[in-house]
Amino acid sequence: MASATAAPDFATLTVGDVVAEREFPLTRDSLVRYAGASGDFNPIHYRDDVAASVGLPGVLAHGMLTMGFAVQPVVDWAGDPGRVADYQVKFTRPVVVDPEQGALVTVVAKVGQLDESAAVARIDLTVKLGDDTVLGKAQVRVALG
Amino acid sequence: MPLNPELQGRVFPPTEPYLVGREKVREFARAVFATNPINLDPEAARAAGYDDVVAPPTFAVVVQEHAIAQLLADPASGIDFSRVVHGDQRFISTRPIVAGDLLTATLTVSSVKTLGPHSIVTAQSAIADESGSPVVTAISTIVIRGED
Repeated sequence: MASATAAPDFATLTVGDVVAEREFPLTRDSLVRYAGASGDFNPIHYRDDVAASVGLPGVLAHGMLTMGFAVQPVVDWAGDPGRVADYQVKFTRPVVVDPEQGALVTVVAKVGQLDESAAVARIDLTVKLGDDTVLGKAQVRVALG
Repeated sequence: MPLNPELQGRVFPPTEPYLVGREKVREFARAVFATNPINLDPEAARAAGYDDVVAPPTFAVVVQEHAIAQLLADPASGIDFSRVVHGDQRFISTRPIVAGDLLTATLTVSSVKTLGPHSIVTAQSAIADESGSPVVTAISTIVIRGED
């Protein structure tokens, strides 16, 4: 690769290729940091008593935090965050973050579809906590033209 | 309180302009584990052709929140905030958000559906810059859980 910000060569991509993989160890600190950065101060993301009072199994990561980091391996592969043209997810399962153990979320990014005429690659993300998928239909369209 | 079915198609006034700060972008980037220098380092961003650091792909949520807050705060909408769950989210970019942008969001309630006891609202925030040019469209689906 010529530089950290160079684009991948569209012509070399094949549907099914794994383009990036990364593990994200979340802690309660990660949630507090995201709360401050995003302005989402819903206490279910940092207070056990509030989470319990609304019937949750524990303090949850913000869905938007999971969406936010899950795309990062694709950004690094693409070389430039500005190449992400379209990004969507469904929030299918909550990520409970244990106060001591935290939570380890894994992301695998694969080529899902290639639009030759526009040089846009659709990258499909598999985002899991253990064996459970936490984001559905997580798709990133990356403009490589 | 039931959801107001007349919400569908409703367009809210544009939000107050939001000035995207360099340190806010860097703070948000670190919070989502971004490691790309274009998100963090103004020199790297300039070398890549941008005026300043580029916000991560999900940064538009910060601006979208101001638009959705209008919907949730409106007593006429009938939405009980404590029963709201985020269902889906999508960002369709015309161009990336860069530090220095002055952004406004105009929210349209594009659909209101009922699924059993639950209501599903899709809200589209058209985010534009100071010149009125489109930057990103943020589409959020929220589920309002019915009484158990």
